Amino acid sequence: MTNSWTDIRNTDLVVIMGGNAAEAHPCGFKWVTEAKANRGAKLIVIDPRFTRSASVSDLYAPIRQGTDIAFLLGLINYCIQHDKVQWDYVKAFTNATYVVKEGFTYKDGLFSGYDEAKRDYDKSTWDYDIGPDGFAVVDETLQNPRCVWNLLKNHVSVYAPEMVERICGTPTDKFLKVAAMVAETSSPTKAMTSMYALGWTQHSKGSQNIRAMAMLQLVLGNIGIRGGGMNALRGHSNIQGLTDLGLMSNLLPGYLTLPTQKEPDLATYMSTRGFKPLRPNQMSYWQNYKKFFVSFQKSMWGDAATPENDFAYDYLPKLDVPGYDLLRAFELMHQGKMNGYFCQGFNPLQAAPNKKKVIESLSKLKFLVIMDPLDTETGRFWENHGPYNDVDPSQIQTEVYQLPSTCFAEDDGSLVNSGRWLQWHWAGGTPPGEAKRDTWIMAQLYLRLKELYTKEGGAFPDPIVKLNWPYADPGDPKAEELAQEINGRALAKVTDTADPTKVLAEAGKLLPAFAALRDDGSTACGCWIYSGCFNENGNNMARRDTTDPDDAGFYSKWAFSWPANRRILYNRASADLTGKPWDPSRKVIEWDGAKWSGYDVPDIVPTAKPDQVGPFIMNPEGVSRLFTRGMMRDGPFPAHYEPFESPIVNPVAPKVRGNPAARVFKGDMAQFAEAASKEFPYAATSYRLTEHFHFWTKHVIVNAVIQPEFFVEISEQLAAEKGITKGGWVRVWSKRGSVVAKAMVTKRIKPLTCDGKIVHIVGIPLHWGFTGAAKKGFGPNMLTPFVGDANIETPEYKAFLVNIEPAPGPAA
Amino acid sequence: MNVELSRRAFLQTTGAGLAGTTLGALGFAEIEAAHAAAIRSFKLANTTETRNTCPYCSVACGIILYSKGDLRKGEQADITHIEGDTDHPTNRGTLCPKGSALLGFVKSPTRLQHPMVRKPGSDKFEPISWEDALGRIARLMKDDRDKNFVARNNDGATVNRWISTGFLAASASTNETAFATYKVVRSAGMLVFDNQARV
Repeated sequence: MTNSWTDIRNTDLVVIMGGNAAEAHPCGFKWVTEAKANRGAKLIVIDPRFTRSASVSDLYAPIRQGTDIAFLLGLINYCIQHDKVQWDYVKAFTNATYVVKEGFTYKDGLFSGYDEAKRDYDKSTWDYDIGPDGFAVVDETLQNPRCVWNLLKNHVSVYAPEMVERICGTPTDKFLKVAAMVAETSSPTKAMTSMYALGWTQHSKGSQNIRAMAMLQLVLGNIGIRGGGMNALRGHSNIQGLTDLGLMSNLLPGYLTLPTQKEPDLATYMSTRGFKPLRPNQMSYWQNYKKFFVSFQKSMWGDAATPENDFAYDYLPKLDVPGYDLLRAFELMHQGKMNGYFCQGFNPLQAAPNKKKVIESLSKLKFLVIMDPLDTETGRFWENHGPYNDVDPSQIQTEVYQLPSTCFAEDDGSLVNSGRWLQWHWAGGTPPGEAKRDTWIMAQLYLRLKELYTKEGGAFPDPIVKLNWPYADPGDPKAEELAQEINGRALAKVTDTADPTKVLAEAGKLLPAFAALRDDGSTACGCWIYSGCFNENGNNMARRDTTDPDDAGFYSKWAFSWPANRRILYNRASADLTGKPWDPSRKVIEWDGAKWSGYDVPDIVPTAKPDQVGPFIMNPEGVSRLFTRGMMRDGPFPAHYEPFESPIVNPVAPKVRGNPAARVFKGDMAQFAEAASKEFPYAATSYRLTEHFHFWTKHVIVNAVIQPEFFVEISEQLAAEKGITKGGWVRVWSKRGSVVAKAMVTKRIKPLTCDGKIVHIVGIPLHWGFTGAAKKGFGPNMLTPFVGDANIETPEYKAFLVNIEPAPGPAA
Repeated sequence: MNVELSRRAFLQTTGAGLAGTTLGALGFAEIEAAHAAAIRSFKLANTTETRNTCPYCSVACGIILYSKGDLRKGEQADITHIEGDTDHPTNRGTLCPKGSALLGFVKSPTRLQHPMVRKPGSDKFEPISWEDALGRIARLMKDDRDKNFVARNNDGATVNRWISTGFLAASASTNETAFATYKVVRSAGMLVFDNQARV
């Protein structure tokens, strides 16, 4: 989230699209209710199903899954056509005025530079014209046909309301009502918030779904303000934290990136991460990248990271592909190229797409290690459970370890909520049996590995044996010790660069904040964006002061919010070019002639003059991007692409199948049903229920009782057409697998008309498996396709094709 | 912690105050004693309260764990009740159908209790000690790493990567667990490394 749950109270309009907060985030959704009750805010829900969020909305618009970009670009088109644009914001705070290079084009669904064989782009034309002064060329008058605004205007013009209806199935009158309400928030005194979750991410163009809404919010001037923002509701309780800390193939903590094999040394690595400002006076905060990187290396390898060895640069593995994400991992396993796999609180047999492929992949491993509080299906992938897990154990040679770990109630530490709050919690119970904390398990494994390498030598032992492991009990690091390591420490005296007499931290002391980080090895910091979370003032994540001046919703003394305890990102954009709030009733910070101050920590240097330094300090432009240069694989603007399995051919780009830049492994394309398939005529989507949390709560007797059994949800029309009765059994199958389920026939799903064709939707909830207290069931991942988003490889769980028929009940 | 202490003290004193004054002043001393004996004491009064957050979704509602026994005194602590934290700014004491049943997660019959191993081709898990399990896993890791570690690529560039073993990290473990995990996984040169944010 750019904002926080408690800030939603400040909004005028909530748009829930790509999520279902009332059911999936019920206690956060209460802030929508507060905004409706206390300020007359309106709620719009756009979803293929009439969800419980929709049931309390002011306006519900149905949409076919996988067509959000057409809808959102349709909204941008509407705002441009009706002059519902917050012009001062757009001109000053976005790259609308920037001139794009000659040669950049978009035609027939493809941007310039496409290579069909590689399914990738040469992105060299996706950039600004750079002037002789080294800065990007801008046209303040917006007259240049190649300025971003005019390119955008042209790009979205195809998404007129009639085209939106044709693609999305949303009736034009509904779309226009949504558009009119959304467009009103272009006023500087109106705010709209976007609440989204997996309904946007789990598509082959998930990143661009989110970008499309972010662009709309910029056009409306709704980023950086109270009650506005792009608010990812997120899934699990520490998804945000694990991502912040870089537990992904290509990341280092704090959104630094791992080197590739084309970057042999630190100088080469830094040469593409210098981020020189693209406009005069801009902060381009990533110019501090090297401070964050070197401090991280010092945190990892301590004294072994020296200026002479590029701060142990060689100790980091170098990538040969963009990333070894979950899908690539299972693809490699499937090819027999992997031997070992660890699952720490993750149940991929249930969570990954195309379960058949996942079982085959796990079966090829030499060893699998499960660390989990619960008895997961993945741990038992080798066990026969009839149709729910149809395997022969004697044919599976994988050695499996199932290690019991503690759960939340038996562990200390911090979790990061969707609003970026790091909140500390304390253990209250003794773990069951021999269950151990994950920190203990990781430490014990590490110490054994280190001992083996110390005694026996082996492949490049240095990064292992020289790993900084400074804990009082090396076999059982305490949460506080790790939290301090993440916060960072001065290794030598750190002084203010502007005033060397001013000491920021004495040697050995915890760092006050990331501003104290240095690139000479005098500081160590595990994750720069968290710095300040546990400093000499104490554990700021454990703060419990509920003070909230003027009921503004910031709660700045509750826990710690990254970065720098800032509660609203880009909050400089809440004020105009003179530094006055666009809306005085919605003040976040303001300029007093000398400095910025207000309710929140300013997201800018406090002395940066408002008419000189732009609010988007992480971008070298200083402004936000409507056109995102070459930073995304599938285009500098979003464009409508159909899901890989689609009930219709793409109306705006008939020759393009799926997202043209999405990676598809050999063999998987053959497992996709063709567009407008007769064999698989129905558009399926997966979803979650309010009574369950993923695959965990089926282990809880209460939840297993209130939602005991797998079902699929279909419309009355489809039920009538196929002779399916309410509560009767059905078989649902895709090109990859088949499930048997009870049919829930509802009015919540209605057929849509897309491109002149009736499209029926089949809803498939997620929560069942073959362990736990609920009845055994299949879940959607027997059916889902093995393809991910072009940029970050989140699988396309939300839009695929199936067929359905009445069936006899399961034998078991 | 002041808030919880004062609230508990408040509950205890108000109970005693009512019995000692109102009824006593009216001359019903025996009835008062019988009545007091009949009232079950507030069942959370003798429990230890611990602040925590719900592990399910990322709203991160504040919760209070009530346990018999106090971990901080070195005692065994058995969690007997979980409820919403009324002081928490986000949820203000409320919980959803999942959070309301959290005690059932802590006490689930399918919580793992002991390390187990399933041998190749076997159709069952068998108990194994932590010592043996960890020793064996470390050995499997080292053997695989030594055999498949790539120090240089075909162009002779130093790459120091290990891709034949992978690690899928969690989604609800703490930042502190995450950082410890990061250190161990990355220092080994692993690249097949992901967490649930991806899916």
